[in-house]
Amino acid sequence: MTIETLVTIGVFAPLLGAMIAGFFGRRIGNVASQAVTTGLLFLSCAIAWTVFGQHTWGHMEAFTVELFPFINVGDFQSTWSVRVDALSAVMLIVVTTVSSLVHLYSWGYMAEDDSRPRFFAYLSLFTFMMLALVTAADFMQLFFGWEGVGLASYLLIGFWYKKPTASAAAIKAFVVNRVGDFGFVLGIITVFWMFGTIKFAELFPLIAAQSGAGWDFIGQRWSALDLAAFLLFIGAMGKSAQFFLHTWLPDAMEGPTPVSALIHAATMVTAGVYMVCLLSPIYEYAPTASLIVAIIGGITALFAATVGLAQNDIKRVIAYSTCSQLGYMFFAAGVGAYQAAMFHLFTHAFFKALLFLGAGSVIHGMHHEQDMRNMGGLAKLLPITYGAMMIGTIAITGLGIPELKWGFAGFYSKDSILESAFASADYSPAGLFVFFIGLFAAGLTAYYSWRLIFMTFHNKPVWKDAHAPVEHHHDDHASDAQKETHTEPLMDDAVAAHTGAHHDAHHDDHHDDHGHHGPLKPHESPWTMLIPLIVLSIGAVAAGFVFYNYFVGHHEAEFWRGAIFTAEANHVLHDSHYVPRWVLWAPVVLTLLGTFVAFWIYVLKEGMARRMAERGNILHTFFYNKWFFDELYDVIFVKSARAIGDFFWKVGDVKIIDGLGPNGAAWASLKSAARLAKVQSGYVYHYAFVMLLGVAGLLAFAIATWGA
Amino acid sequence: MPYILSIVTFLPLVGALAVLMARVMAKSEEAAAGPARWIALIASLVVLAVSVVLVAGFDPSNPAYQFVEMVPWFAGASYHLGVDGISILFVLLSAFLLPICIIASWSSIKERVAEYMIAFLILETLLIGVFTALDLFLFYIFFEGTLVPMFIIIGVWGGANRIYAAYKLFLYTLLGSVLMLAAMLYMAATAGTSSIPELTAYDWPVGVQTFLWLAFFASFAVKMPMWPVHTWLPDAHVQAPTAGSVILAGILLKLGGYGFIRFNLPMFPDASEYFTPLVMVLSVIAIIYTSLVAFRQTDIKKLIAYSSVAHMGFVTMGIFAGNDQGVQGAVFQMISHGLISSALFLCVGVVYDRMHTREIAFYGGLTSRMPWFAAIFLMFTMANVGLPGTSGFIGEVLTMVGAYQVSTWAVFFAASGVILSAVYALTLYRNVMFGEITNPALKAITDIDRRELLIFVPLIIGTIWLGVYPAAVLDITQASVSAVTAAYQTAIGG
Repeated sequence: MTIETLVTIGVFAPLLGAMIAGFFGRRIGNVASQAVTTGLLFLSCAIAWTVFGQHTWGHMEAFTVELFPFINVGDFQSTWSVRVDALSAVMLIVVTTVSSLVHLYSWGYMAEDDSRPRFFAYLSLFTFMMLALVTAADFMQLFFGWEGVGLASYLLIGFWYKKPTASAAAIKAFVVNRVGDFGFVLGIITVFWMFGTIKFAELFPLIAAQSGAGWDFIGQRWSALDLAAFLLFIGAMGKSAQFFLHTWLPDAMEGPTPVSALIHAATMVTAGVYMVCLLSPIYEYAPTASLIVAIIGGITALFAATVGLAQNDIKRVIAYSTCSQLGYMFFAAGVGAYQAAMFHLFTHAFFKALLFLGAGSVIHGMHHEQDMRNMGGLAKLLPITYGAMMIGTIAITGLGIPELKWGFAGFYSKDSILESAFASADYSPAGLFVFFIGLFAAGLTAYYSWRLIFMTFHNKPVWKDAHAPVEHHHDDHASDAQKETHTEPLMDDAVAAHTGAHHDAHHDDHHDDHGHHGPLKPHESPWTMLIPLIVLSIGAVAAGFVFYNYFVGHHEAEFWRGAIFTAEANHVLHDSHYVPRWVLWAPVVLTLLGTFVAFWIYVLKEGMARRMAERGNILHTFFYNKWFFDELYDVIFVKSARAIGDFFWKVGDVKIIDGLGPNGAAWASLKSAARLAKVQSGYVYHYAFVMLLGVAGLLAFAIATWGA
Repeated sequence: MPYILSIVTFLPLVGALAVLMARVMAKSEEAAAGPARWIALIASLVVLAVSVVLVAGFDPSNPAYQFVEMVPWFAGASYHLGVDGISILFVLLSAFLLPICIIASWSSIKERVAEYMIAFLILETLLIGVFTALDLFLFYIFFEGTLVPMFIIIGVWGGANRIYAAYKLFLYTLLGSVLMLAAMLYMAATAGTSSIPELTAYDWPVGVQTFLWLAFFASFAVKMPMWPVHTWLPDAHVQAPTAGSVILAGILLKLGGYGFIRFNLPMFPDASEYFTPLVMVLSVIAIIYTSLVAFRQTDIKKLIAYSSVAHMGFVTMGIFAGNDQGVQGAVFQMISHGLISSALFLCVGVVYDRMHTREIAFYGGLTSRMPWFAAIFLMFTMANVGLPGTSGFIGEVLTMVGAYQVSTWAVFFAASGVILSAVYALTLYRNVMFGEITNPALKAITDIDRRELLIFVPLIIGTIWLGVYPAAVLDITQASVSAVTAAYQTAIGG
């Protein structure tokens, strides 16, 4: 079997699984559905690693399998394809590895759910769409996968559709992503008219010639490539939850935790980063757009980290952490270090999926409790989860020893990003800005990551005191004097009814057959959940030093083989290896500082955080309420859309159009006619007769005139 | 098969006669109901089979009219039929939707069943006739004639406020058609022919073009419907029985777009170019305005009706882009919308048949009782939103690609309409399908049965197939559309 056939099978295997579980899930049962989808995913994963191995250590050249035509209208040509190069090979292993582990993990996590076939069908559907995205050879298939993962995300966030918050979050995710797609579609169409093609292979060689050219768009003259790159980046901002379009990601935590790990941490949200790296041939010639990418990335890295400091929901902390780490990836790409961005995408997939699945294990063990203020002291009860979370935390904080060049996964990739940012100061105006932001955010990352560990696994167990069924845990908050701002999710009428009841603590689950109406006894998770944790732990430890040389080190050029384009003037990655020593040490120092502050506040001075929160610190309120973005957007977009819609309907359509037209004078006079009243009593055939007479009369007139 | 176009056009009429005979021979109205349904179904299936044969025998590489039949009539007019790559698809769409309508009405129509079936079969003849007619007056008779059975379907089998709706439909449409008839008379008298192909080749002075263009535009814009002559549509839909809505949204609205492609664009290219900004503005208003109005609707059918207006905005935008992508996209969007909106109205019919209300607030949480329905409704909601992989996406993206060449502003606003479609469609789905069942009346609601599944399956297959392999349609329209756009571009010197 050729490698081409093999890859094609690998891409379509999850679709097959999704269809079997989706259409026949009820008939074949839960276990069969799980087995089929998971089995096919592991097959897909094995194929992906084979391809990656062939690419990295074998002699496989990049190739594209063309399946059949998609859209062919004039020059607007698209073909269903499976394109494999270094970039897609990396994405293939990231997607299939995390996805297969998440499938396995869900055996345990979703064990009590009635709709498991549906869940596994959605997971596999998502995986297929993601694979279609990363193997696209043109913009149309890319967009197909792009929206397809959005669909799967919508379905999985709203998986527990009976919960109003879940369905509201699902809509919010879809709609905010559509805002991004608005830019994406305009970008694709702009590229088409600029170059006359949407196929990457045909497009990329044409770009350099357009450098510096102008382009007319909505009444303005723009720098052509900057315009295209910027519009496309709007799409990336939506999918990757960057500043302004980030609001859906924290709400997406309404979905089951395995979903958060797969879609909202490791794979889908990185699609934007992948897209920017894939389109490096455009971004390399679009300095202004790249600057915007870097600045938005930098702001997101900082913004999300500050919000993460103040959250109490274990999943939301990790969600904001994801948002922040995506910001790192974008500013790396924005300053021209695409390789470093992809490297961080790669390592992040392991440790962030690990952290999410670890959090899921905690939630599972705590019987669907997600508020960290009700946790504590879990280290002894969930030892394997604790160990895995420790590894994940060390990895994300980027702890390592610069002199020895040794650390966990995040150390290599994050330092590579920071060093690139510093080195890019010679080329990119944003270089130093994002370097210092990244540095500072690294300190914040350490603080919120360790805060999570301390609140969850250390300290006095809060749940022991509660001795109440978790259903009532909201009562625990009654004493919490912290001023909670009601956050109404975007586009949500139903939730408005819940005024005041909207806590930041969400049950991850809605089924009540768990039988925990007694004192809470946290327990370690089953092996199906622990194996993925262990495998991902290995990744979180080793992904950095094993792949450092390939992604950004000595073998970088042979590894990427042109899949990432760097202009001749771009030496950022090269220069990043020769930065001053303090640049290497600064992140380590800030990380340790952040860790110490978290340790001091949450372990040494236990209870201090609560007192600080109660006192109503302005900064805390601001961070806790996520910079009030939801409130702002609610006023600007949601409320105004409702008002304008009502106005167009009741004034525009009813009063003006119908008032002047059919309900106006003509209609009224006709209506008053007695004969019409009689017809209205039901003899509608008369209408038909009148009309036929009219048609016949007019026709007779026509023929008579014509003959004359 | 000789005279295949006449056969496919008038076969439904034969079916209608057969139903009539069954009605006359039956002892009572009830006794005629069963045979009427079966005869109508068989007749519509035969028409579908013949139209499939028609499509199979069609040569897509030839842009000219095919299967042409011409019998001189009187006073210079002639019985002139023919199809090209554009009209043949609408013939197929009409033939495809009719059996679905008949099955959908199988048990929901209980009174005057024979008359109902006759009305639908006559309507089918008239609709197919519009697309096969190549003579101006023949076209006009079919075009205006469609209103009669539609009017009866709404007026007899419609909802409580059906008279108002039927009258509104009548008033709007008549207004436009009077102007169109006057224009047709002038054209025939001036050019000395009523043959559409000959009139297309005729070179109209620029000044005359303007008036003729406006006259045709008035009629087709109402049919489309374009903003601001769209307000008859929501009322007509709300009052129409389910199958009436299917035909209305599925085919009747397409007469407007078809008319633009057949008359306005090729016959009056200079006027078309002159009025392009107007059309673009109206299209964009339709997309954004009606999407926002749809967002606030409380009646499921009204919401979907408004969404139809928004989707037709893409069609007009694409047609007057006047290039391959625009016009191909517009034709595709019309075919696709024929499948998707039909399916959505059938979805409304499913819940309406069970609960006899279309109030959104009445529903909620149906997913737990109706999982299969939930999956089907979700699929068509996503298709309506234009999700790639469904046919809804192809039409939207192609019309935007086409319009970009003419006006980036239009595309800019149309693309923001894509956001709004997600807002109203997903909000509707959430309000009807998600959450807990709180209304006790819904506790015993049942999932779709086999008959209902049967009507959705072909629509599902069509929507996905055209979404993944749009070439199935695009290859057929390619040559004919290119002929139209090439002539248009030459005429305007582009």
